[in-house]
Amino acid sequence: MAKIHFIEHNGTERVVEAQPGESVMEAAIGNGIPGIDADCGGACACATCHVFVDEKWLDKVGPVQDCEDGMLSVSNDRRPNSRLACQIQVSDELDGLVVTTPEFQF
Amino acid sequence: MNAPKRKVWSMVGRDPETMPLEEIDLSHPGIWRANEYLPFLARLRRDDPVHYCPESAVGPYWSVTKYKDIVQVDTSHNIFSSEPTIGIVDITEEHNLPMFIAMDPPKHDVQRRTVQGVVAPQNLKNLEPIIRERVCSILDSLPLNEEFDWVERVSIELTTQMLATLFDFPFDDRRKLTYWSDVATAIPGGGVIDSYEDRAEPLGECLDYFTRLWNERVNSEPRNDLISMLAHGESTRNMPPHEFLGNIILLIVGGNDTTRNSISGGVLALNENPEEYQKLRDNPAVIPNMVSEIIRWQTPLAYMRRTALVDTELGGKQIKAGDKVVMWYASGNRDGDVIDQPDRFWIDRPNARQHLSFGFGIHRCMGNRLAEMQLRILWEEILKRFHTVEVVGEPERTYSSFVKGYVKLPVRLHPL
Repeated sequence: MAKIHFIEHNGTERVVEAQPGESVMEAAIGNGIPGIDADCGGACACATCHVFVDEKWLDKVGPVQDCEDGMLSVSNDRRPNSRLACQIQVSDELDGLVVTTPEFQF
Repeated sequence: MNAPKRKVWSMVGRDPETMPLEEIDLSHPGIWRANEYLPFLARLRRDDPVHYCPESAVGPYWSVTKYKDIVQVDTSHNIFSSEPTIGIVDITEEHNLPMFIAMDPPKHDVQRRTVQGVVAPQNLKNLEPIIRERVCSILDSLPLNEEFDWVERVSIELTTQMLATLFDFPFDDRRKLTYWSDVATAIPGGGVIDSYEDRAEPLGECLDYFTRLWNERVNSEPRNDLISMLAHGESTRNMPPHEFLGNIILLIVGGNDTTRNSISGGVLALNENPEEYQKLRDNPAVIPNMVSEIIRWQTPLAYMRRTALVDTELGGKQIKAGDKVVMWYASGNRDGDVIDQPDRFWIDRPNARQHLSFGFGIHRCMGNRLAEMQLRILWEEILKRFHTVEVVGEPERTYSSFVKGYVKLPVRLHPL
């Protein structure tokens, strides 16, 4: 079990309990977190689960995957800490992870 | 004398269940106009999901018909290229218009980023009141209790007004946009043009018109319309004229045909499913979900084409470098392995956003949120005014295997 903190663009914070093995996107969808659309269902194919990972957690979530890089590179909103939540696997190591959701998903 | 070419058969009226698999040719516009395509798609999904058609009017090509295979092709842009064209017809260099939908990274990415701001969700907030005002004025001008053509009076009018707004295009000339869009996607013999050569004159007129606007905008401060964005954008301001025309056509077609046909398709689907129409009247809060379902149901662009860059395998079939590969979104959207009860039009469908109509991967529809917003506002305002938009005659469908749409949809309005 890992607690994940989702901070909305307006500052509202929600904490969910995620299961190791599921993705951060699945944890968000399963707990009704607003601001994550996940149109493609986790295929790294739509960039509608875009999140900004808190700087302190960047090392722990690992590097951007190739497929993710392709999708993020068509976004105007990409930042150095941009990730697709469907490509971050929950693990005990990520207990306490903090991500911010953008105001809009493409 | 040369041996006679194999006759290009008509697909219309053939039995999808018994005809030889290799003769199934989804590129035939006739089955789409006749609304006979669904059983052919179902047969291929069942018997030959990655299907090779060895001979057709557009040459040999692969058809990809299952949802998951389509996602795989769409997301593998290193294997399946969008160049030189995303249409099923191979066009000669001189007729080919370069546009970013038919480009691979990195050029695609920079050109797309230049213009996508105009349809970015941030900008849509500003557009919402304008769209609503225009929707209201169109709906308020419609005749009650008498037959008229919904395509002409609503679907075309609304999408054309929207395009004129996005381009900041002279409003009184806006029907030129519709005409250029129709010309650009027309198939010879379908009523708009007789040959591809016929496109030269209207597209030349289009280029001249937009060049005038470009010159105007490039000499003034950058603004928030598409022409100004192209004229001032670092990656686009030095585009050669035919590339400018290509991208203009892309934006016109992208914002025109697609939403237009989803506007018409929604009316038709609700008429064919009166219990869903009643659900909508009882609970207008379902509109955003219904909009996604309408877009799946209609699938306004039936396919996108890719070209294999290397030898590869898909669904157990060997695809060779250079082969033409067509992803039939219209089929993937009816794939029961991914979509629950796929042949049902179900306005409160769970996971309605999960459909293929916008494509997936780096070429995913850039205007998807704008399209959804236009449809949402339209239905919100329809429900405030009319009990029923009743379809009172057979719809006339587009002669195209690409643009899946309607030429005419006769309706009668019943006020609340």
